[in-house]
Amino acid sequence: MDFWKRFSRNRSAVLGLAILILVLFMAAIAGVIYPNDPFSLAGKPLSGPGLNGFLLGSDSLGRDVASGIAHGAKTSLLIGLIATLAAVFIGIIFGAFAGYYGGRIDDVLMRITEVFQTIPSFVFAILLVAIMKPSIESIVIAITVVSWPGVARLVRAEFLSLKNREFVQACHTLGMSDVRIMLREILPNCLSPIIVIGSLMVATAILIESGLAFLGLGDPNIMSWGFQIGAGRTMLRSAWWVCTFPGVAILVTVLAINLVGEGLNDALNPRLRERQ
Amino acid sequence: MSNYLLSINNLSVALPKGADRDFAIKDISLALKSGETVCVVGESGSGKSLTAKAIMGLLPAPHVRIAEGEIMFDGQDLVQVDYERLRQLRGSEISMIFQEPMTALNPVMTIGSQIDEIFRFHAEMSGNERRTKAVELLSDVNLPDPEQIVNAYAHELSGGQRQRAMIAMALALNPKILIADEPTTALDVTTQAQILNLIKEMQSLHNTGVLFITHDFGVVADIADRVAVMQEGKIVEAGTVDQVLNNPSHPYTRALIKAVPSLTPRAPRKKSDEKIISVKILNKTFGAGKSFFGFGKPSRIVKAVQDVSLDLFQGETLGIVGESGSGKSTLARCIIKLMDFDSGDVLLQGENISKLARAEMRPFRKKIQMVFQDPFASLNPRIKVGSIIAQGPIVQGTSKMLAEERAQELLSIVGLDSRAFDRYPHEFSGGQRQRIGIARALALNPEVLVADEPVSALDVSIQAQILKLLDDIRIKMNLSMVFITHDLRVAAQVCDRLVVMQYGKVVEVGTTLEMFENPQHQYTQELLSAVPGKAWKKESSNAKPIKK
Repeated sequence: MDFWKRFSRNRSAVLGLAILILVLFMAAIAGVIYPNDPFSLAGKPLSGPGLNGFLLGSDSLGRDVASGIAHGAKTSLLIGLIATLAAVFIGIIFGAFAGYYGGRIDDVLMRITEVFQTIPSFVFAILLVAIMKPSIESIVIAITVVSWPGVARLVRAEFLSLKNREFVQACHTLGMSDVRIMLREILPNCLSPIIVIGSLMVATAILIESGLAFLGLGDPNIMSWGFQIGAGRTMLRSAWWVCTFPGVAILVTVLAINLVGEGLNDALNPRLRERQ
Repeated sequence: MSNYLLSINNLSVALPKGADRDFAIKDISLALKSGETVCVVGESGSGKSLTAKAIMGLLPAPHVRIAEGEIMFDGQDLVQVDYERLRQLRGSEISMIFQEPMTALNPVMTIGSQIDEIFRFHAEMSGNERRTKAVELLSDVNLPDPEQIVNAYAHELSGGQRQRAMIAMALALNPKILIADEPTTALDVTTQAQILNLIKEMQSLHNTGVLFITHDFGVVADIADRVAVMQEGKIVEAGTVDQVLNNPSHPYTRALIKAVPSLTPRAPRKKSDEKIISVKILNKTFGAGKSFFGFGKPSRIVKAVQDVSLDLFQGETLGIVGESGSGKSTLARCIIKLMDFDSGDVLLQGENISKLARAEMRPFRKKIQMVFQDPFASLNPRIKVGSIIAQGPIVQGTSKMLAEERAQELLSIVGLDSRAFDRYPHEFSGGQRQRIGIARALALNPEVLVADEPVSALDVSIQAQILKLLDDIRIKMNLSMVFITHDLRVAAQVCDRLVVMQYGKVVEVGTTLEMFENPQHQYTQELLSAVPGKAWKKESSNAKPIKK
């Protein structure tokens, strides 16, 4: 396939994709390899990696770190994906209307977008979660709210440049409705950059989620990597494994997603295609 | 051989593997004497620009490289010389002007400092001397107020002025050879005529050898001493202008010359009295610059169309001609209601459509359709050809099956294979895409077709085919047509009546025949006299091109 050929030209992107598939696989079988609740006490507290039957050790309450990582992968990826999809959806609507209609509508929509962009995103996310009570829904909402403006800007720019192209004008002369022009004619032509920015946003979403969980603003009933790091940070010197392994999991996953995003950009961006 | 300034012997340029042919240029030989103009003519993709780049050592290495052959200049083979020597030669001995002066000039440097650079690299001069020399050069190329232009940026000059500045730069060090790669293609005809004159003038002054690359046989007739015709990387015919233009021996040359539209207007057809469209005192202004939230007045106002009134009669082709910026495209877009206009009325078959809202306009859409200029931008790259054509009828309420059947039928009407139905636009060439664009416009069975420069992006042989197609369908479907063009040759062949526009105003209206034989307005006269190759009448076999 043509797309796959261009994607695989970027070696590190293929590596990233491999890691990402591994993480996905881990998340999928978490319930099979660790059927117990990751919050349950599984054995002696603060056992080192490989001791007392713990692959990656246990934390101060005797919870299995490896089990936490496997279950946490599910949380991270799920939140990252849902929040990104929601943000992309909102961003496309805002950007499409602003770019297509221009004028007053554009002014109003973009000023709203700017309001969101002026507030530091992480602080804003903390504020939102704190107001709404920490739960998986509130975290998804918070991440969505802070990450859609980027998409809106991008989509607006694409719509601005595409709406005056002759093929769009041709649709006007056929008497096509605005919504149909936006959805059927213009949107498919700006999917590539949206896919790229979306893939990179998943990584950011995972980071924000971990940050929130680290600060104790995660859903208390759901295991997550950030929560694990937060729980182990006081014992960093005596029991390094409690923080380290979830940290490595975050690092590797985010890196993998970024590499894939980069690869998608290389494969989908027509200007880079000829670079070889 | 020694009396030749430049001689290219058996030059071949190889393309990377997987390109549509192995060699961009195959075994060409070409020679240039000082004081002589050699034109290289060919259609797009014939390798004429790469020939120029090969001489300058500007091939996009390492993908495209010279496979064999030599380029002898001044006793040296430019293929073999090292980079340093080549750098010395460029600008001082051989210089080049490009098609698009806007992109060839650096937008963040003044014209003066760009000329200054050439002297700094190639000659020892003090700063003051260099500046005086720059001003001198600019006045040599007849730029008004050179003292000011020295300090101007490229965007502050008009297209013609930019090309003059480019020529000044190219001639700064009295090069022996000037390579001109389609230098007038992006310019209006009147400007083109001036630039061609300037090049001739400069050439006779400095005894420069000019290698002129063009696709336009009119320009060739005006400027060339000798001509080389290229097709797919090979020179198929070479000789003096007289031989090649009036007595072509190779079938390709003959076909190309035959495709050049003649300047003799065709016989007028019988005119109907039924007005299908009338435009009444139409005005359209563009406001540039906008304040915060859209409050306040726009700071700069451009009157694109001013008080234009015209009528289109049933079955006729009305040409709107004018140079770039004359408002002809804006007028077309106002007529078809792609743009709202400030005041005036457009009547379609007696009904005023100027105040209609989008939804009310929908039933009128199918009566008036448009063919666009750029065949690459006018088709959605993500939609299959069949759907592009069927879209219109579907939007207007035809069932999908019927619309697709009709699309198949239209493909054969515009001369495309029915297999095109399931392909994407990028799989087609420019001419084929224009056919698809025409099929899309015809899908609604319109009564009026507005064609905005439908052939100006195409090679002459393709252009002739598309014009023929438009003519055929016009008769077959009984269309009335508004045909916008800047090319008076095309206008002569297609239009029954002409409207000449300048600065947004109509300056003259009349039948094509009248206007070509007896232009009234001064601007029309200027336009007509600027058409390249006017003196060269093809078909009337023995007429010789006039040389200055």
